[in-house]
Amino acid sequence: MASARAEILGRVRDALRDKPTAPPVPRDYVRSGEASVELLAERVAHYRATVHVVAEPDVVPLLGELLAGKRIVVPDGLAWDVPGMTALRDPLTVAELDAADGALTGCAVAIAQTGTIVLDGGPGQGRRALTLLPDHHVCVVRADQIAGTVPEALERLDPLRPLTFVSGPSATSDIELDRVEGVHGPRRLEVLIIR
Amino acid sequence: MGTRNPVTWLGSPAFPEAARTALADTQLRRNLRNATTTIRGRRRDAVGELPDWEQLRRAGEAIKDDVLHHLDRYLEQLEEAVTARGGVVHWARDAAEANEIVLRLCGDAREVVKVKSMATQEIGLNEALAEAGVHAVETDLAELIVQLGDDRPSHILVPAIHRNRSEIREIFRAAGLDPASDEPRVLAEAARAHLRRKFLSCEVAISGANFAVAGTGSVVVLESEGNGRMCLTLPRKLITVMGLEKVVPTWQDLEVFLQLLPRSSTAERMNPYTSVWTGVTPGDGPEEFHLVLLDNGRTATLADPVGRQALRCIRCSACLNVCPVYERTGGQSYGSVYPGPIGAILTPQLVDDPHDKQAASLPYASSLCGACFEVCPVRIDIPSVLTHLRAQAVEAKGRSAESVAMAAAAWVFASASRYEKAQKLGSLARLFARDGRISWLPGPGAAWTSSRDAPVPAREPFREWWRKNRG
Repeated sequence: MASARAEILGRVRDALRDKPTAPPVPRDYVRSGEASVELLAERVAHYRATVHVVAEPDVVPLLGELLAGKRIVVPDGLAWDVPGMTALRDPLTVAELDAADGALTGCAVAIAQTGTIVLDGGPGQGRRALTLLPDHHVCVVRADQIAGTVPEALERLDPLRPLTFVSGPSATSDIELDRVEGVHGPRRLEVLIIR
Repeated sequence: MGTRNPVTWLGSPAFPEAARTALADTQLRRNLRNATTTIRGRRRDAVGELPDWEQLRRAGEAIKDDVLHHLDRYLEQLEEAVTARGGVVHWARDAAEANEIVLRLCGDAREVVKVKSMATQEIGLNEALAEAGVHAVETDLAELIVQLGDDRPSHILVPAIHRNRSEIREIFRAAGLDPASDEPRVLAEAARAHLRRKFLSCEVAISGANFAVAGTGSVVVLESEGNGRMCLTLPRKLITVMGLEKVVPTWQDLEVFLQLLPRSSTAERMNPYTSVWTGVTPGDGPEEFHLVLLDNGRTATLADPVGRQALRCIRCSACLNVCPVYERTGGQSYGSVYPGPIGAILTPQLVDDPHDKQAASLPYASSLCGACFEVCPVRIDIPSVLTHLRAQAVEAKGRSAESVAMAAAAWVFASASRYEKAQKLGSLARLFARDGRISWLPGPGAAWTSSRDAPVPAREPFREWWRKNRG
């Protein structure tokens, strides 16, 4: 008996004996858009995430205020050293992550049009579980990380890295198609945008 | 192949019969009307915001057509890229083969967590695993509601759309979850508490895939709740079951689908979470990744030049939400995991058996109004495929009562005297009229009146009246 692989590929080739052709993919859709701090702030807030737009010197004081006295997961390479909180660093077990009060990260890219932040596991972001199990995720976005549109964002990303696109706190529309924020992922998302 | 395709549920009646039962359920119709009305309005807003929506649809259509036309090449590329990044690719000709592969990969695990996936629903994976003593825990809220209620799904995106909040609370209570009220927020919290421990302890996760990039081997899952992220990152082993047609050529192609899919399905600018992974990444996520490529009727569908466009589908469910037939009959009447307009063209093609009466009845579950084509983000011309499949069904059935009646009508119309005699005979149908309508006719007339009333014929044909009064 032929292997499943050989048989399936054979079936595909048989099915396409009529040699169908299609015109080239039209790429006349919008590629670039407004990459402003204001638009990103508005669109992130629309998902009922908390948004702070701050000047660079105010980042650390504001984080200190938000996270004082809390046990916060911090990935390697985070650019901001926040006083007043207990920083938890890898190696951490899932139980330790689950018990943390929150996680503080940067991001790889943000998308203004859709209000999305994208993590790629790079410096200041850490492995994916770090931002998943703690119930509160605080993410800092620099203005130069903001892309206008989805096409512009994908251009900047490396698909070979594990990527997580985050648009608001976890949510569900499974009951009467009514959106409720906060299911399994962090129930609170807080985004600081540096203008 | 002798085994039946589990894409349709064993023992489901043909659509007209199932629809008749569903139409009598006023609670179901109310739940569905509320839900679909809400989502239709929100989708309109989400789509209307993009000035280039039409261009995105055309790009989506063209990318998917390119994939289908060169499917063999893209699948080989995908396999190579996934393998190069430490993943293992498996090929499954049908549901039974896919289930066997997954079961073998589960190893000693007795409980596995699952992300909502149409492909695994289609192959009846949970049932197959259960038979072998492996419990698959559905972690998507709506799937969990269906699983705990021992129910069947009725919608592609929201499988429990036929249930309202108070019914869901009852299902949770009966399963020992005990939510404090029927507020969606409270019900979601109950699900979170119920599943948390399982996420933290399960060794094996099973997912589907929305897209897989041939060029890079990257696999993509879109979700809302975070249950997907849990399954994709925490367990040691990840098994992804994916229909052959989910492959896209390049990373850039995702810029189209990441705009089309969220706005068409949940009517959001972007769904809360999208995960992308490529093979295995040391120190982040599962140590083992298996990708099962599933045929199960897809290559048979591909062989039909008109019907193959159904394989463009990205499972957004916009066509369900706008369909007047779906809104009234609900999803379970279609007897398949793929209900609604897309199900009416996809299911019979995946079943690929002209003698399966239930599947053959599905292309008739439509008034051909065309709303489904208008909202489809990849421009599947569902009405054209429906009429194409109807023609095939008629061909397979041979001489029907209808074709015999049409031949007889031609003979009658060909002669004036035969025509007049027939008209007089027709007046006899008045005997079956009540309140000026005929809702039941005997013999071959029953096929017409089973789904509509017939007007009462005049006491006297016009030609006879004319001869008496003016002739």
